[in-house]
Amino acid sequence: MSIAVDKVTFAAGNTLIVNGISLTVEKGKVLGLLGPNGSGKSSLLRLICRLRKVRSGIIRLGGNDIAAIPRGDIARRIALVEQQATTETQVTVIDVVRLGRTPHRGPLSAWSARDDAVVLDALGRVGMQGRAAQFWQTLSGGERQRVHIARALAQTPSELLLDEPTNHLDIQHQLDILGLVSKLDVTCIIALHDLNLAAMFCDSLAVLQEGEVVAAGAPEDVLTEELIGRVFGVRAHVQKSLVHGRCNIQYMTG
Amino acid sequence: MRGIARRQKRWALLALTIAAIVLLALMISLAVSIGEISIPLATTAKAVANRLLGTDFELSRIHQGIVWDYRLSRALVAASAGASLALSGVILQAMLRNPLAEPYVLGISAGASTGAVCVMILGLGSGILGLSGGAFLGAIAAFLFVGLLATGVGGTSERIILCGVAGSQLFNALTSYIVTTSANAEQARGVMFWLLGSLSGVRWPDVYLSGPVAIVGFAICMGHVRVLDAFVFGTDAAASLGIAVRRAQIVLLGTTALMTAAVVSIVGSIGFVGLVIPHAARFLVGPSHDRLLPAAALAGAIFMVGADIVSRIIIPQQILPIGVVTALFGAPAFAIILYRARRTA
Repeated sequence: MSIAVDKVTFAAGNTLIVNGISLTVEKGKVLGLLGPNGSGKSSLLRLICRLRKVRSGIIRLGGNDIAAIPRGDIARRIALVEQQATTETQVTVIDVVRLGRTPHRGPLSAWSARDDAVVLDALGRVGMQGRAAQFWQTLSGGERQRVHIARALAQTPSELLLDEPTNHLDIQHQLDILGLVSKLDVTCIIALHDLNLAAMFCDSLAVLQEGEVVAAGAPEDVLTEELIGRVFGVRAHVQKSLVHGRCNIQYMTG
Repeated sequence: MRGIARRQKRWALLALTIAAIVLLALMISLAVSIGEISIPLATTAKAVANRLLGTDFELSRIHQGIVWDYRLSRALVAASAGASLALSGVILQAMLRNPLAEPYVLGISAGASTGAVCVMILGLGSGILGLSGGAFLGAIAAFLFVGLLATGVGGTSERIILCGVAGSQLFNALTSYIVTTSANAEQARGVMFWLLGSLSGVRWPDVYLSGPVAIVGFAICMGHVRVLDAFVFGTDAAASLGIAVRRAQIVLLGTTALMTAAVVSIVGSIGFVGLVIPHAARFLVGPSHDRLLPAAALAGAIFMVGADIVSRIIIPQQILPIGVVTALFGAPAFAIILYRARRTA
């Protein structure tokens, strides 16, 4: 078991945002988190890498309660790609990717050849190797997202959390990024909006609504017409795709 | 290829650092030589050698006194104040992720002036504290007030800045209240001069405070270069890179508060340096803090010593408040830097 979330609740002030969620991800598998805006997906990801403290319940990383793991150890294991994190500072692409090495470097250790190799490999994996010297401000939204993913890969994580990583990407890059992520030898939890992409790339899905898991399991078991109507409020027709064999959702208006 | 390029870059940086240190030494020598009584550089060097190396050059007592007791101490305080303010500006701009952040954004100078007028005009503890002591206590009180307020409302960078604005307004109002209700005309003029920043009256004991503060502050900042770099995408991104965010905020904001409070208590609130020198240094050496911090410290020191020279010679027989000079000459210089950066970006 890579990540196990057990009856976790989280509240901001008096508003309950995560309400007794339990779920698990096997090592090397990809879990898709689905759910309408405000259903608690981003908060759950932040709880898993301990950017927020749970109000109750336990999150285990490889069997250990994360509350007892030092922050540096968590950062060497879990990388997070936030939604639309940006900066006004004039940093270059490679400056950003290098940040991924932060948790692996001691306070006095110099930049090493291995650090360089990891950074270049990460840049290559997202197809940005020729853009290392380019300024952040000159990148498109999709390119920024790819740089963030490269930064996360430079952390050489065994668990990767992505908060809507395909927002702002054109369809080719959406497929590239999700294809890349699903083939990595790491455990992934991805918050997604696109149900079809979730069905194509995730090993299992969990659907969140108002801070609770309302369905979880294999994509074809979770993504039913009834659930899509109940959770997202839209009518849909679900069939097995003739192209990739995963389920395919077609939406109906009115 | 990359290795060679980087090595060349490193040599260029080393050369730049040495050039900046030489320039700073030159500026300090000039600051000691230039003034109402002009003293040749050779005499300056002899006077310094007499005191530091125990040599026994023949010098007039007046020259020896002017060099050592007045001008050298003044130049060294200017240099360390400039370095402290520039470093504080770099830290605050990085931690609060706001290009307008500067050492006084957390209410420190406002608190210092309240503390100073409490001593100067109301005579609170004037026997024990003195003006500097009162200013220092006021600065720390204001920082604690803003810090507690900011922690209470959630501690995001926008909120910290808003709390700083609220704290500054409050303490400025207190200062104005005390000045208008209790001060006579001469006291009001004295307060005014102090508020604009002034190096007059600076002596060796001030060097023994401001120098170590700048050096220790610099060392603490250099110990946090990776922490500062990691804040570029905000506190959550820093935390996910393994940074202990709350601890870093306490250590680094506390360090800037102490550096700024020490500077303000000695020379008053000198504006502009802490806001603009970090930006100028960033244009020169880029945003990585391992280079930015030394560059900003040196640039701040050089700029402040230069501003002090200008403040003493621009109007004959009169010394301008240094805060006036830093803004009067710094603003156009900064405009030029901004303009050139626009073309190269």
